[in-house]
Amino acid sequence: MKTLLKVDSLSKHYEGRRGLIGRLTGAPHTVVRAVNDVSFSVERGEILGLIGESGCGKSTLGRAILRLHEPTAGRVHFDGSEVTALDAPALKALRRRMQIIFQDPYASLNPRRTVAQIVGLPLRLHGLAASEDEARAITARICERVGLKANQLDRYPHQFSGGQRQRIGIARALVSNPEFIVCDEPVSALDVSIQAQIIALLLELKREMGLTYLFISHDISVIGYLADRVAVMYLGEIVEMGPVEAILARPRHPYTQSLMSAVPEVEASGRRARIRLTGDLPSPLHPPAGCKFHTRCPLALDICRTTAPLRETVGEGHIAACHRLGEDISLLEDGAA
Amino acid sequence: MSQPLLDVRGLRTVFETRAGTVCAVDGVDVSVQRGECLGIVGESGSGKSVTFASVMGLVKSPGRIEAGTILLDGCDLRGLTPKQMRAVRGKDIAMTMQDALTALNPALTVGEQIAEVFDAHDDTLPRRGAARARAIRDKSAEMLGLVGIPSAESRLRQYPHEFSGGMRQRIMIAIALACRPKLLIADEPTTALDVTIQAQVLELITEIRARLGMSVVLITHDLGVVAEHCDRVMVMYAGQVVEEGPTAEVIAQPQHPYTRGLLASIPRPALRGQPIQPIEGQVPDLIGLPPQCRFYSRCPLHRDACLAPVAMRSAGPNRRVRCILSGEPVE
Repeated sequence: MKTLLKVDSLSKHYEGRRGLIGRLTGAPHTVVRAVNDVSFSVERGEILGLIGESGCGKSTLGRAILRLHEPTAGRVHFDGSEVTALDAPALKALRRRMQIIFQDPYASLNPRRTVAQIVGLPLRLHGLAASEDEARAITARICERVGLKANQLDRYPHQFSGGQRQRIGIARALVSNPEFIVCDEPVSALDVSIQAQIIALLLELKREMGLTYLFISHDISVIGYLADRVAVMYLGEIVEMGPVEAILARPRHPYTQSLMSAVPEVEASGRRARIRLTGDLPSPLHPPAGCKFHTRCPLALDICRTTAPLRETVGEGHIAACHRLGEDISLLEDGAA
Repeated sequence: MSQPLLDVRGLRTVFETRAGTVCAVDGVDVSVQRGECLGIVGESGSGKSVTFASVMGLVKSPGRIEAGTILLDGCDLRGLTPKQMRAVRGKDIAMTMQDALTALNPALTVGEQIAEVFDAHDDTLPRRGAARARAIRDKSAEMLGLVGIPSAESRLRQYPHEFSGGMRQRIMIAIALACRPKLLIADEPTTALDVTIQAQVLELITEIRARLGMSVVLITHDLGVVAEHCDRVMVMYAGQVVEEGPTAEVIAQPQHPYTRGLLASIPRPALRGQPIQPIEGQVPDLIGLPPQCRFYSRCPLHRDACLAPVAMRSAGPNRRVRCILSGEPVE
């Protein structure tokens, strides 16, 4: 397999606003480190699942890769070219090949445009259709493929249900025939039965069109079902990453373990003893020192409060960042906690 | 079996809209036993929230309850005046809403919002004056402690926006439980929360239920939540109950094609590499529904006989199903 996307020490920081006194006294900006020094790569044809709780920076990371949000530091390479160094025209040309599907099918479609206009826009922007008729034909073909009917092309987004709207968003992302798609929680806003329809559709399209996905989700069941590899984010950093089988069978980071134990299971056989995490996600404005997870970690030691752990290789293609990896503790089995 | 705490029969709630009459709840029977936790599962528009908004007397125009009886401890709630109903709400039944941020009043402190409940319902308090205020404050702080909010005394003076999502949900639970209701209706209590926080809140509800011996109705779209926390489950679809029974049995042997479809469409790691089988199509429009089986258009097993109205059928002890292909007709 060939690497399609390579992310190197990518960071996205937001500076907070200062009040009058802050500005007059020259107090430093408060900085939110939404994404902090994240590195990974995605092979052509694979699905990398990115999982984490709200506020952990997973959506920001997805957008920083596409430069929808300009990264603060770090580099992104896509198929050999450096995305982070491109000027605007070159970036626009590359955007044809990298697309995004958004979480909220209500907010991400222009209510004043018809389906044909929304889905056809990338064709016009990139000059992919010689004529209006051709654009219309391409649009109709992709819409039919994602399960919209030909007579729905001239309707407006509000005339569709959530699942149908997500199909419009998918058609828009795919119409320019891209290679790489950031799927930013594409099924989180949908009902269970509709969610399954969209997941099945995304997997079919990936096979047919040879796509590569960065699939962002907070739902470990969805990621466990469809991803090849998983990256787990906590407060802007990747704490564990590896092949999905390895992580499901033997998660190494205590955060990954507690995430997995918290998922309600339908089948009694799949149920695990719950690891009780105390407290909430700390504010990213004031992240804890040392290991960022130490405030909620049942295994935290003194060193965790002062020193950030380094990434270590714990298996083939499997890395984790925790001071206690060497002790090989699992909170999941036989209720060790 | 003893008399159930809540007994709803033939509930029908409709909303008048410009496009026509939407029948959001159509002939729903619910019974909740003392001390039990009943799970209500369904997708958007299945009528699960409207059913319990009707029980709480919270259906407002253009909606109205068209038919049915709602008995709480033998008392018919539909026969009560609004004033009498206010005395029941918050005292005997309480409800928590899905979105804690919009359900709480942003302009009042958390303490004031909990205090309202005691002020309205608690007869054991001193009648007036500083003693009453002191007693209410102590009780409010005790409630925050009960739902696991540390330094309760000082947090009573804070406003909802100063709390995180999980904490706000706990505050709503604290308000709902203030007068130790017999029945707590929790409407999607954890949908807006992250999984680790969701686990904390659900455990809190289960723990308090055991401690106070109350009944809980847990409305959710997540079958996993029901499987882990509810004794019995009712599956709703397009305004009707389609299946009901002990949770473990319904999940192990679903009888209705919709329940089977729901279970098959949950993606999980165990199904890797196998295609999931989504239920095709969408929930039907609730305006002017034909009298046939509501699941007809999406059902893989549908046949001509399904075009007639389908009643609930008995499918073993304590199990009911609304499908002509399973169970026996009830006399």
